[in-house]
Formats: sequence, structure tokens, C-alpha cells
Amino acid sequence: MALDPVVLFFALGLAAGLLRSDLKISSGLYETLSIYLLIAIGFKGGVELAAASPGSLVLPIIAVILMGAGTPLVAYPILRQLGRLSRPDSASIAAHYGSVSVVTFAVGVSYLARLDVEYEGYMSVFLVLLEMPALAIGVLLAKGIGRDTRWGVLAHEVLAGKAVVLLVGSLLIGWYAGAEGLASLDKFYMELFKGMLSLFLLGMGLITAARLADVRKSGLFLIAFGILMPVVSAMGGVAVGYALGLTLGGTTLLAVLYASASYIAAPAAMRIAIPEANPALSIGASLGVTFPFNVFVGIPLYYWMAGMVYGLGG
Amino acid sequence: MANFRVKLVTVICEADLEKMLVGEMLKAGARGHTVTEARGGGRRGVRDALWGATSNVRIEVLCTEAVAAKILDTIESRYFHDYGIVMFMSDVEVRRADKF
Repeated sequence: MALDPVVLFFALGLAAGLLRSDLKISSGLYETLSIYLLIAIGFKGGVELAAASPGSLVLPIIAVILMGAGTPLVAYPILRQLGRLSRPDSASIAAHYGSVSVVTFAVGVSYLARLDVEYEGYMSVFLVLLEMPALAIGVLLAKGIGRDTRWGVLAHEVLAGKAVVLLVGSLLIGWYAGAEGLASLDKFYMELFKGMLSLFLLGMGLITAARLADVRKSGLFLIAFGILMPVVSAMGGVAVGYALGLTLGGTTLLAVLYASASYIAAPAAMRIAIPEANPALSIGASLGVTFPFNVFVGIPLYYWMAGMVYGLGG
Repeated sequence: MANFRVKLVTVICEADLEKMLVGEMLKAGARGHTVTEARGGGRRGVRDALWGATSNVRIEVLCTEAVAAKILDTIESRYFHDYGIVMFMSDVEVRRADKF
């Protein structure tokens, strides 16, 4: 099926960046759009959460977090042994891949909406919960349980960071307001969602284009890692989603979450917690390779993978 | 009215460092600071300020020579190795010496 136009705006941004066009998304607009996306995702999740019974979520939450913590533990030895990267670099990249990307999730939501595939609305709860654990594991991999780690600073950086504050906050607001509260806001947060996402992706294209120089320098191994690691993680996501009895759409989104690599919360947190790690490597891989791969190829692929499993399972 | 000589310490660094470096400056005895957003380029590539991870800030502090020396020493020993930082100090003249 044809590409989602939203995705084509990402391609446009990439092309503009590579052509050295004077197109620029100001950092103020970029901030505004990311705030909008975080609120829209959290709010929608909260509204859906109000309809679900919280007790039924306990087991899925535990399973999803435990499996999410597995990603950096799988990625680290690969980076260290096969990639021969230094310990801090391996740990920082592993943390990026264990944490999740809100925008990749948003593109996944947009993909499913276009196909009219339903999914569990509380998936955005997982989005919040998967952000932090991998970052902590990354720091542990880099430093062990040492005294010189500023855990307080790191925890504050992540938990008080805008992503968690806005997602949790709007999740609670949506949960409190329920479907009735949604009525007054759904034009802004639901109907305009794809338009806003297309603007944001245009900016992401520009940012990604500027990172491609780093990708070229980082070598073949990291490029291969940036493509294969998400596919492996997505397989884990499909398995967990299927085992938990999620819908086809929910399982696809879980696979997208596991496959995505963070480039908002993780870079800032890792810069402070693992200063020795070279950010050009981790950001080059997560933003320069994995994000475009997921947007163009990964998301349809994970949907197909989930479909195969659900087809086989009857 | 008389002019007084003080030091102006200027640090241009990765935006992620702002909180930590301002903390170090205040601990060293600085009594105020000014932060402006910045972009540029150098040994660590182009800092285009398109988003957080490639943004810079410029932190300026007016202070006594003793405080300035302390700030320079702390930042050199703890941050130069791992982070992109440009730091310099200059002589400037101010009114109200007791403010700094």
C-alpha cells in the first residue's frame, strides 16, 4: 500500500536538508509541536484508560517493562563484542535503543489509523513506563553501581523532563475527563493530530539530514546495528503482545515501541550520566539510521509480522 | 563616579550542561549569571541548534579574580575532557563593584 503522506513529509524534510535548503523549523515551533504531540498521545491514552479496569493492566505492565529492560541487555554485548565499541559508548547506545521514541510511536498510531486498525488505547501508558528503565540500565552497564553516578540528577532529568511530565500529566487529565471531557478537545487533539505530526516530521527530516554526516563516520557496523536491532526488538514485541492477548493493533504498537530508539530523553540523560560516551555515535545510529528505517520500512514490517503471528494463531 | 575592574568569565558549551555549570559557578562564589542561546561549530562538529542535542548556550559571569580562577579550575578539571566547551576570561569595567 502507498506510503502515508505524513511519512512523505519526513522525506521532504530529509530532501530539503540534503539540498541545503534555507527551510528551517525554528526551535520554538519544534518545541511547540513536540508539546502538542506529547499531550495528544497522553490525553488519548488517558481517555481510553478511563474505560479500562486498572486491575487488568497490572500483569501487562509488569511483562512489558521486564521485556523492555531486556533490550539494552541484548544490545550491549552485541555492541561491545561484535562492534568493538568502548564500554561507555556501548552502554549509551544500548540505553538509547532500550528507551522509546514518542514520534515513532505517533507515526505507528497514524499508520494504524489509516488502515482502520483498532488498538488498546492504554498503549501510551507503556510509552511512559518504557522511557526510564533502559536509561538506568545503560548507566549501570557503563559504571556499575558506583558512587560517582549522580543518580539524583539523572532521575530528575528523566522524571521531570518534559516528555514524562506531559505524558503523565495529560494521561491523568484524559483519565479524569473521560470521553465526555474529550468532546470539547477532540477537534484540536485528535482531528488535527496528523497535520501537526506532518509538520513535526518535516522538522525531523531536517534534523535527521544534519546527522547523516555522523552516520557516515560511524561505520558499517552501527548502520547494520541500527537496522537489525529494531527488527529483533520488534520480534520480542510481537511475542509479548501476542502472549498478553493484545489486539493486532496493540501488538503492532508494542513492537513499534520496542523497536524505536529514543532521541529526546536519552541523549540529554546519557550526556550527563555517561559523559565519556560519544553522542555522535548514539544519536547518529538512533536518529540517523533507526528512526528513518522505522518510519519508512519498520512500521509496515512490524504490522505484517504481527499479522503473520495472529494469522497462524487463528 | 568611578569604574571598577572585575573579571568577565564566558563559557560556551553544550546546552545540556547549563544546569551543572551554573551550579558550579554559584558554588565557586558567583553572585549572578546570564545565559543566552548560541550556535556555532568547532572541533566537535556543527552545533546548529535545530534541537536540544545540538544546541549551545553561552554563560557569562561577572566576578572577582579569585572567583573567576576557581570557576576556570573547576570547569577545566571536571568538564573539559568529555564535553564541548570554550571558556575564556577578560577584564571589564563596571559600576557598583559590590554587586559582583
